[in-house]
Amino acid sequence: MSGESTVTTRSKVERSLGKRRRKESIFRILGIASTLVGVLFLLVFFWTLIGQGSSAFLQTFIEIEVEFSEDILAPAGELDLAYADFDAIARNALREKFPDVTSRSERRELNQLISVGAGYQIKDAIAGDPDLLGTTLLMQVPAAANVDMVLKENIDRNLGEDRRPISDSQLEWIDALIADGSLVSKFNVALFTNGDSREPELAGIRGALMGSFYMLLITVALAFPIGAAAAIYLEEFAPKNRWSDLIEVNINNLAAVPSIVFGLLGLAVFINWMSIPRSAPLVGGLVLSLLTLPVIIIAARAAIKAVPPSIREAALGLGASKMQVVFHHVMPLAMPGMLTGTIIGMSRALGESAPLLMIGMVAFIVDVPAGFSDPATALPVQIYLWADSPERAFAERTSAAIIVLLGFLLVMNLAAVIMRKKVERKW
Amino acid sequence: MDRLQQSDNYRRMTAMKELTGMDEDKPEEPRVVDSSPAKMVSSKLAESTTESELSLTELSGRTVGDVRCADPFMIAENVNVYYGDNHAIQNVTLEFGKSQVIALIGPSGCGKSTFLRCLNRMNDSIESARITGTITLDGQDIYDKDLDPVALRARVGMVFQKPNPFPKSIYDNVAYGPRIHGLAADRADLDGIVHTSLERAGLLKEVKDRLDEPGTSLSGGQQQRLCIARTIAVDPEVILMDEPCSALDPIATARIEDLIDEISENYAIVIVTHSMQQAARVSRRVAYFHLGLLVEVDDTDRIFTNPQHKLTEDYVTGRIG
Ligand SMILES: Nc1ncnc2c1ncn2[C@@H]1O[C@H](COP(=O)(O)OP(=O)(O)O)[C@@H](O)[C@H]1O
Ligand SMILES: [Mg+2]
Repeated sequence: MSGESTVTTRSKVERSLGKRRRKESIFRILGIASTLVGVLFLLVFFWTLIGQGSSAFLQTFIEIEVEFSEDILAPAGELDLAYADFDAIARNALREKFPDVTSRSERRELNQLISVGAGYQIKDAIAGDPDLLGTTLLMQVPAAANVDMVLKENIDRNLGEDRRPISDSQLEWIDALIADGSLVSKFNVALFTNGDSREPELAGIRGALMGSFYMLLITVALAFPIGAAAAIYLEEFAPKNRWSDLIEVNINNLAAVPSIVFGLLGLAVFINWMSIPRSAPLVGGLVLSLLTLPVIIIAARAAIKAVPPSIREAALGLGASKMQVVFHHVMPLAMPGMLTGTIIGMSRALGESAPLLMIGMVAFIVDVPAGFSDPATALPVQIYLWADSPERAFAERTSAAIIVLLGFLLVMNLAAVIMRKKVERKW
Repeated sequence: MDRLQQSDNYRRMTAMKELTGMDEDKPEEPRVVDSSPAKMVSSKLAESTTESELSLTELSGRTVGDVRCADPFMIAENVNVYYGDNHAIQNVTLEFGKSQVIALIGPSGCGKSTFLRCLNRMNDSIESARITGTITLDGQDIYDKDLDPVALRARVGMVFQKPNPFPKSIYDNVAYGPRIHGLAADRADLDGIVHTSLERAGLLKEVKDRLDEPGTSLSGGQQQRLCIARTIAVDPEVILMDEPCSALDPIATARIEDLIDEISENYAIVIVTHSMQQAARVSRRVAYFHLGLLVEVDDTDRIFTNPQHKLTEDYVTGRIG
């Protein structure tokens, strides 16, 4: 090459360099911008979620002097837990504070300030300690949801009386209770210990949480081993021919099938044909396993493919059998990738509600499921049910349930990440 | 551009001359081992436009030199390998002696690795590969239906081009073979095997205090010696090496060559190499491959000082490569 051509080459390179740099900086700005937009959306999401949901973790209680009156609890001389009117005890205790409330309609309005949960709490107290009979005890019983809403300023006092779910006189009483310190705000334990309820102040997500937990237990117990085994077989043992291509295409398509279709399949196969009880975590888990299986298989195959062929050759060359190559060398190296696939699949399964609607997990279920065949719902379905409820107080619980769902997801992923770290080779 | 064309033409011409026996520079008549008659010599040649076509029609089966050896331990007889339609190894016959290093040399893509991988049936895992002919190890056909390649590979070990230690500790790397084959009676026995293998691979001094460190943390040359130790640990009879030094620096290469020299007493070693110097240094015999054909086999010094075949001469003098 002559000196002249070198000079022109250099100048050409320099000219193109400016263009390249410009492109690079434009690309960088675009990248930063899109990242910022993503972060912004995330912040808005968390901001509104926490703003709306955090108040649900506190609940208003009314402090009342409960008199375990023998007249009501033991009309026949014996303590009678089955027929006693515990609500009356709660009502009487509240009325003590407002001696000038006498008219029947006013008394009914006053009674509305207290939750039906008060009666249950009184019943539990006397059941736990029968010696309370005939004594009085200072108790904090749950206030009605509307009282809670007024205190959390979710009900606008300034609206006309006919446009808010609480009357003027009720507002006066609430103010009076606030003034003498009888209204206390405490951590809402019920949210985590109760099942669903028609009364917002008594509604909890434990039922849905346990439902989701049981379902995911089944899902991970089925989908991970089956998915891993299928991936290993397809990658390592299956002959590569038209049939394996067909299977590959089908699995890839299966991952894209709308989840509600899996719900229909579950309804037809597991409930109608195999007669597994509907609404049970067992069915839900089976359906979610089907749903996550393709995701896990695809991720596991990719992980197996990524194991360097030189490792396989080394083992084969030493006289390892096919099985030994797979289980001594390929599996340990592919395990982190397989677990990542499982995390993705499980996260998707946790967030699914559509297929669960098809198999009857959308029912109103008060009892916390104690096993795999008890009727249950799942967290996303519970969110849907609460979001659909007209009461003001369910709005904040919906957000709270979403926060709990995200927390569940976080714990699950954290566990998986820790597990992955454990199996990951440090070299 | 012009030069390239020229060299191509030149190569083609030398190949032709060689095939048609028109080479007057060679007084000696090349010894033909497999004397299957060459068919349609001149007419085919006239039409031939590429080297591979030439080789397919003409060179097949004619190996110059001595493919036999005094005390053959492994014998490859008329071996052909096809990758689909690609006839990668054509009618190769070659004997491997005990306690002897034989080097396979030849230009890239001539089938050295393919042939080497036939000897421990590593080609089994390539679906398109098809092999004909017979290969015997100590009189036993290694492609026999009843013979498990797993058992074969315990007898015919392999060292690869790129050092490929397992992502395990140094100890576990060496212990892996003995473990899967059940060679050690107990832990002390296994320790012994690991130590002697590392010792014989010349690695023990460097790693004896860090046996539980990952094998991948070693340098490239150390890794390759670890791979050799790993192969020795199974106590094979034949060791195949596919360009074991091509990823190493000269110092590490020299160490490996010394090592090959030391262990060659106990094993039949087949080494593929791109380096003529390496072949000259470590091997007793050299086999020159060209486009799937075994062109010439002879004692190392004869190959490098007095090659019989024009192609061999071109290669060892650096004209093809
Ligand atoms: N796995 C394979 N599948 C198909 N063709 C192959 C495969 N491996 C090697 N070949 C072909 O076989 C021929 C010989 O290759 P190889 O044995 O690797 O040559 P070398 O080791 O001498 O460079 C080449 O033409 C190559 O393309
Ligand atoms: Mg090669």
